Formats: sequence, C-alpha cells, structure tokens
Amino acid sequence: MKAYDLLELSGRNLREAMLRNSLTTLGIGVGVASLVAMLSLGIGLQRLLTKQLGKSSLFDSVFVTSRQDFRPRRPGADATPLTPPKPLDDAARKSFEKLPGVIEVYPSLGSVAEFRLSDGPSSEPQTGVLSGLPPSSRSSEAFDDFQGRYFSGPNAAEAILKTDFARELLGLPEIRDTDVKLTSDQAAKLLGKDLVLRYAERQSQPAPGASGQPPDAAASFNVVRKELKLKIVGIVTSEPVRGIPRTGQTSVFLPVAFAESLNMIQPGDLRTIMRQNEGKTYLALIVHMAKSGSVPAAEDEIKKQGYNAFSILDASRGLAIAFRIVDVFLGIFGSLALAVASLGIVNTLVMAILERRREIGIMKAVGASDGDVKKIFFVEAGSMGLLGGCLGVLMGWLIGRVINWGVNAYFTRQGFASQDIWYVPLWLVAFAIGFSILVSLLAGLYPASRAAKLDPVQALRHE
Amino acid sequence: MALNGTEAVRAESLVRHYKLGQSIIRAVDGVTLSVKKGEFAALLGASGSGKSTLMNLIAGLDHATSGAIVVEGLNLAALKREQLALYRRHTVGMVFQSFNLVPTMTLTENVELPMRFAEVDRGERKTRVQEALRQVGLGERLEHRPSEMSGGEQQRAALARALVNRPKLLLADEPTGNLDSKTGKEIMDLIRDLNRTLGMTVIMVTHERALAERYANRLIFLGDGKLLSESANTPGGAR
Repeated sequence: MKAYDLLELSGRNLREAMLRNSLTTLGIGVGVASLVAMLSLGIGLQRLLTKQLGKSSLFDSVFVTSRQDFRPRRPGADATPLTPPKPLDDAARKSFEKLPGVIEVYPSLGSVAEFRLSDGPSSEPQTGVLSGLPPSSRSSEAFDDFQGRYFSGPNAAEAILKTDFARELLGLPEIRDTDVKLTSDQAAKLLGKDLVLRYAERQSQPAPGASGQPPDAAASFNVVRKELKLKIVGIVTSEPVRGIPRTGQTSVFLPVAFAESLNMIQPGDLRTIMRQNEGKTYLALIVHMAKSGSVPAAEDEIKKQGYNAFSILDASRGLAIAFRIVDVFLGIFGSLALAVASLGIVNTLVMAILERRREIGIMKAVGASDGDVKKIFFVEAGSMGLLGGCLGVLMGWLIGRVINWGVNAYFTRQGFASQDIWYVPLWLVAFAIGFSILVSLLAGLYPASRAAKLDPVQALRHE
Repeated sequence: MALNGTEAVRAESLVRHYKLGQSIIRAVDGVTLSVKKGEFAALLGASGSGKSTLMNLIAGLDHATSGAIVVEGLNLAALKREQLALYRRHTVGMVFQSFNLVPTMTLTENVELPMRFAEVDRGERKTRVQEALRQVGLGERLEHRPSEMSGGEQQRAALARALVNRPKLLLADEPTGNLDSKTGKEIMDLIRDLNRTLGMTVIMVTHERALAERYANRLIFLGDGKLLSESANTPGGAR
C-alpha cells in the first residue's frame, strides 16, 4: 500500500473515533509533558549551576602555591616525581603565563588595611580586607547587577566596595541579609567620592655589600605606613569570587595590577625574609585558563615545575555525575506516566479491533494483506504518538513556564534575582517526540499483529 | 494438478474441517469439481451444506485442510498468506448477502478501496471507479455513505467494488438474500450481463433453486459437505 493511502486510511480511522483517540492522545501528551517537565527541570538546574560556577571561574582556575610554604598533602602518593621546590616568584609567574590556554596569572592578594571617607559622615577609619580583581572578573555574576561601574582600567586608583563594608563606612546599622543593596541615596553618598586607604608598604633595602642584586632580592625590608586616595566607583553585594574562595570577607576591591603596584606587605613576607637569595615571592598565584578543559594539563605542568597546584575540576566531575544520575531518575519518573499512557494506546487499539472487526474482514476480502492491516494500525499508533508528543512538549513547556514564573515571583519577593530554573533545549523536544512515537509504536505492536492475524471468514461472519 | 485450458476453477478431494470444541465439523468433505471459464455456476444446498465454506475456499479467504484447489492456474492450498492476499486482490471479486460495504466510507471510497491495496495510481482510480459504477448502473449519490442508500444501491456498489480490479472470477454469496424480489432480479440481471459481456466466470452460492435455474448454466448441488450432483442448465426466465 502507498504511503498516502496508508495515512489517509489511518487518519480516517482516527477521526471516526474522535473522542476516544483524542483522549488517548491527550494521555500520551500528559505522559510526554511529565517527561519533558522532569527532564527540563534537571537540565535547567544543572545549566544554572554550571553557568554560575563557570562565571565564578572556579572551574577554569588553577591555584598555585609554593612547596616551600605548603607541603603537598600526601608526598609520594602523587605520580609526578617531586622536583626540588622552587620559589613562587616573578620568574614562575612568567613561566605560567606562557602555558597554553592561559588568560592571566595574578596573585591572590589579601591585606588588612584601614579605610575612611575623605569627607563623610563618619571620619572614623574602618579596618577592612583589601584584595585585587583581575580584568576577567568583569564577567563575574557579582557584576551582573551592581551599583556604579567597573574599574576604568587595570591601573586605575579606583575601588569597588562590598555592600556590608559600605554600610560600615556610612555608619549604617549592620543587617543580616548581605544581598540587600544600598538605596540610591545611600549609594550616591559613596559613588564618585574619595576613599582614603592607609596600608603597610614593604620597602626593600639592599643588603649591605650586595649591590649587584636586584632590589627585590633584599636581605631585609622596611614596613612603612602609607596613605592613598582612591575613588569609589562601584558597590557590589557579593564577592566576585576568583579562583579559590578566600577565607574571610573582602571589604574593598582594587584592580589587581594597581593593588600589586602598592607593594603592600603580605603574610608570606615574614617567612621569605628568612630564606637566602630570595626576593619577592607570592603566597599564591591564580592561573586563569580560557577553558576548563585545559585545566588538568596546566595543573600537571605546574606540578612538574615544582609547585603545588590545585583546581576544583575534580569536584565538578563528581557534580556532573550526580546530575546525570538525577536526570536519569527524573527521566524514569517522567517515563512512568508515558508508560501508563502507552497502555492507553494498547487499550484504544484493541477496542478498535473489536469495533472494526468486520471492516478488517472486508479489507482482507478485497485484497488487503496482513502487512497492510498491520501498517494501518501502526500508523494510527504512531500518529497518536506524534500528536501526543507534540502536545506533551507544548504542555511540558507551559508547565515549566508557569512553575518558573511562580518560583521567580517568590524569588523576587525574597530579594533573589530571578532565574531560569526550567530549560527545554531543542534536543529534548526532538527526543521527547521521538520517544513518544517509539513508545506508541511499541504499544501498537500487539494490537497491530492481532488485527493482522484476524481470520477474514470469521470477521465477515460477525454480524 | 494443472488446469486444462478451459478450466477456471478446479477442486480435487477438497476437505475443510473445523474443530468446534471436541467435535470436528466436516464443512467441506472431499469435493471434486471444476468450473469452466466464462461459466455461470450456481452452488446449491441447504444451510450447513458447506456451500459457503467452499465459496470461501475458492475466494482464498480460507485454507483447505487437505486436497487441492486451483483457480486460474494458482494452487491456493500452496499459497502463503501474502500470496493469497495478492490473489484476492487481482483474481477474484466478491459480493456478499450483507453487502459488506465499509459503513464509514462513502460509496466512491468503498469502490476505490481495493485499488488502494493494489497500489493503482490516484488518477487512474477515478476513471476506474467511474467505469465500474457505470457498469452497475450507479451514477448519482456517490458521496453518500452506505446507510443512506437502498439495499439495491448498496449491492450495486458492492458489485462495482468487486469489478474495479478487473477480476477473472466473480463470487457471489447469496447476492439477493437481503433484497426484495424486484431489486434482486435487477442485481441478478446485472451479474448475468457481466458474465456475458465481459466473459467473467461467475460462481454464485444460493439456496434458491429457482433463481439458480433462471440464471446459471451449471448447477452444483452440495449436501453435508459433499458434492451430491451437478448438471448443465439452460438459463431461462425473462431477460
């Protein structure tokens, strides 16, 4: 039988029992909808988390420390042979910058300093933690929605404040929820104003009698109090986390290059002063990679060079597996509804055989083969699957939108940013419809072969 | 078993037994007969004589328990289900007592149905449907469903459907059983005309001896699944 005849005959049969077939199709639709809703929730959550983790660049950074400062946790357990420990200095930094796939290498800076507004309600200096932000932090989600603007350049004498520290500076009472932004009036009192920074500078002193050495390779250094005016350009509610989250809260962010140029005293300085022939070293460097895929190679290479290297990628791999498992379970629960719906197809088609017994007999008498009869029932089952699949995708999508809307309404009231927790990718649409057709065809298998085997003599005798 | 050139149907020791619970029903019990090409044969017998079962065997709707049945050179007993479908599609046309039109299809669609399975092109189908309907004297109300038509019209449509694939053999199972005598006569005249003008072999099952004698040129009597007698007949009655 030709394809269009097959479609026409099947279509006619579907139309004849309109109500029953519509209900069956609706049943499949509900099954597919539950499948789509479940899977899109899983995918949406995974996507949301990956996006946020990706933005925080936890997964594309390698955290490097010196073996002199931090011993490897399990010496010898690592497969890479231990090379003699090397100082984490500028030479090391330069060699990391040359590794393939590296965007930037920047020190993990964190210094305690004093801040006050040059003309503000509170002239009392406030102690806070200062750290540097690399240029790539611009894409951090902390800057998705913040007050003011980002640094004008890598060497700008500009500061971005954390909201809670801004409150301290303004003498406002402390509040629990750090996600609450300042009012525009409060922000106006800070943005564009000058912030006086008082910090301890490390001033190197050449060792007596060692004039040929670079100034940093000093045997001693002075710690000098310095003051500097910074311009407040922005206020963020959350920390634009770079690399490994630091313990303790940062209060003020500076462009990392500018912060470095201040030559503030670092916690490691006291330790390095005891070592010979060693100049300025870093406590920790963060190597920011273009793709998280190139992290393991860079990590290995850095370890080979004699440093400690750490990345969170391993943890993320576990996370991906966890999500895969969640997806499978959501998929199984979603498929259960579709399995029930497929029983509906079996039921509908078996009913149709009883009802169309005589018609099947007639068709056979005028020359329909077993295969023709089988195909007609198959196409009917497949059509219900196709229609139900399309309907289900639509319903699943709508359910997702409604729940998304509801969740976001709640989020907004609670002061969170609205998020897309529901995501229906194109492949899911294709998969859901394809799966629905497949399940329907499987459900049609038994009725179709039963119809095909019908004895025409008995079918025609039936009156 | 081969047919000689003039034979359309030949049955040799044909047996069809049914199992009904513990007992075996010998519906057709060793029938040997032959029908010539272009002949109008009538299978006569009381109900339960096995004439309908024999008809179903000739139609390829049923499988013989043993023996052989050859129609137009095909040994039906040796054919597989798919081949039997092909045989029904191209070699035989059937009309039934209860018309057996598909109730959800219009008249035209019913007549067109066999050509769907025969994969005839849509353009040609239209011409053939027209042609078949003209042959049976139906030209109007073609888009009506069977329930909206009279019995005579339904049987004419069924006849058109039987003709549309141009079979060599027409099988009619009590074709006038559900019709009043006037309409029945019209249908029988039509069948006789097809037999004469197209040279189509006709085998008709009936329990009305008078009807058979008026139209058939051979009478075959069956009883208890066995061939009782057969005789040539000169069709009579008004034209």
